[in-house]
Amino acid sequence: MTSMDFSTVLPEVLLSLYAMAALIGGVCLGKDKVAPFISWLTVAILVLFAALVGLQSGSRVAFGGLFIEDAFSRFAKVLILLSAAGVLAMSADYQERRNLMRFEYPILITLAVVGMMMMVSAGNLMSLYIGLELQSLALYVVAALRRDSTRSSEAGLKYFVLGALSSGILLYGAALTYGFTGTTDFAGIMTTVTTENLPLGVLFGMVFLIIGLAFKVSAVPFHMWTPDVYEGSPSSVTAFFATAPKVAAMALLARLLMDAFGMVPDQWGQIIALLSVVSILGGAIAAIGQMNIKRLMAYSSITHMGFALLGLTAGTAQGVAAMLLYMSVYVAMNIGMFAFILSMERDGQPITDIRSLHMLAKRGPMRAWALLILLFSLAGVPPMVGFWAKFSVLLAAVQAGYVWAAVFAVIGSGIAAFYYLRIVYFMYFGTEEEEGIDKRIAPAQRVLLIASAVIMLAGSVNLFGIEGMAQMAAAALVN
Amino acid sequence: MIGLEHYLGVAAVLFVTGIFGIFVNRKNVIIILMSIELILLSVNINLVAFSAFSGDLVGQVFALFVLTVAAAEASIGLAILVVFFRNRGSIDVADVNMLKG
Repeated sequence: MTSMDFSTVLPEVLLSLYAMAALIGGVCLGKDKVAPFISWLTVAILVLFAALVGLQSGSRVAFGGLFIEDAFSRFAKVLILLSAAGVLAMSADYQERRNLMRFEYPILITLAVVGMMMMVSAGNLMSLYIGLELQSLALYVVAALRRDSTRSSEAGLKYFVLGALSSGILLYGAALTYGFTGTTDFAGIMTTVTTENLPLGVLFGMVFLIIGLAFKVSAVPFHMWTPDVYEGSPSSVTAFFATAPKVAAMALLARLLMDAFGMVPDQWGQIIALLSVVSILGGAIAAIGQMNIKRLMAYSSITHMGFALLGLTAGTAQGVAAMLLYMSVYVAMNIGMFAFILSMERDGQPITDIRSLHMLAKRGPMRAWALLILLFSLAGVPPMVGFWAKFSVLLAAVQAGYVWAAVFAVIGSGIAAFYYLRIVYFMYFGTEEEEGIDKRIAPAQRVLLIASAVIMLAGSVNLFGIEGMAQMAAAALVN
Repeated sequence: MIGLEHYLGVAAVLFVTGIFGIFVNRKNVIIILMSIELILLSVNINLVAFSAFSGDLVGQVFALFVLTVAAAEASIGLAILVVFFRNRGSIDVADVNMLKG
């Protein structure tokens, strides 16, 4: 343990210290009265840390391989920090109006972010588990943030039970992997597990690990908690669930598969391909009947996770780069979508029925335009960025020989287009009879909604160079 | 002589019992919490057995981490359960049914 080790984990250490200081400060300075201040301070700090992490270079290993800091983890960390900051910024107004302005919320988010940063940097099954639990424990609590609501506490309970089950399954896999390889270190597992030397125990361990993480990214058939938790949690919390934790779990899965089981890509490629195809089709079909926009976004996120998994299926640097690109685009789209969902109100009360969007084009043309672009991008209509993200993932899968998976993915995205475009239909060609939503939208939500829509359009020129960064990150992971 | 496979057998039985406890149980949420503990303990038996039989300490360190996290997890689970009970007045699994679609 040297000072070098500590300087490598400095961002995580400082962020946890900030969370503890904010907790003590919040308790001493009048609890929820300082909540808006802590909330905005946390936004500023998260953005600051994103810049600090993003400006570093090279790759370092700390604590004997427990913690890896390379281009891949930096890419994921910047994405996680920025999306958490975006969600906090747009949820401040929502929570103020819903009487949910608790000072614990930004602190719990910060702790969850520390856990996610740990996850994407994990180089050992132990740090993987600790990071995952740090993230999950904070998230179980925020799901039940609205303590006086049956729905919110039920969402918290469901999330807790299935999250704990998935952690248990993952842990069982970790124990088997440790037992049959004799090490918990990813690099050590990589040298032990080869195509010639693949004990059944390791295979079981790997499958259990994948299942545990499939719960976290909510891939079908391990998705059953997602719609309920998304619907029951307060919308600001749902917005967070749909963004940063998905990036972290996806990056962790990529690190595990590439760094620990990178020598046996054929063994897990089929599993991931199957999960991906079932998620794309399952999410697309199940969303058709949904009229609640939060449940709709839950199924939409399941479909999108399927696409991200498809990039991982390839098992190549190109596939990982496509996955990272897809996750960045997914996060940008979801921040915009949830900025809109948080602003959906009728007579000052939150509303989540998509039928309230009838003829939005007349009442709020600007919002309708932004939502139109976002929905086209989510559906993957060219030339929006969402199309290019899907395209790069499909290309990676086809080049790795998973043509059948790519075909199913295209079919699935065709089905998914229906429910995205139905909202567009409601907005522009709906009936006048339905009551609409209020005109009001908070400044932060407006900025994020418009910015996200502009990114979807302007990004199609060169994707803001994210593709190059994703390729560098993927090259750091796959070697 | 009790060998590694016996320990692994016990752990596997406990693990499966825990999984079934979560999915088959139709009575009480507390039983689900107990099942989760059972799963984590089965993992601990696995880890310690592997560690002892391979002469490598890492597994026991891992088991200590798991114990610590399991304690934190149980406390958070019970806290959420208390909040749920206050709102719903019941902890029957059948009453966890507000969210459906």
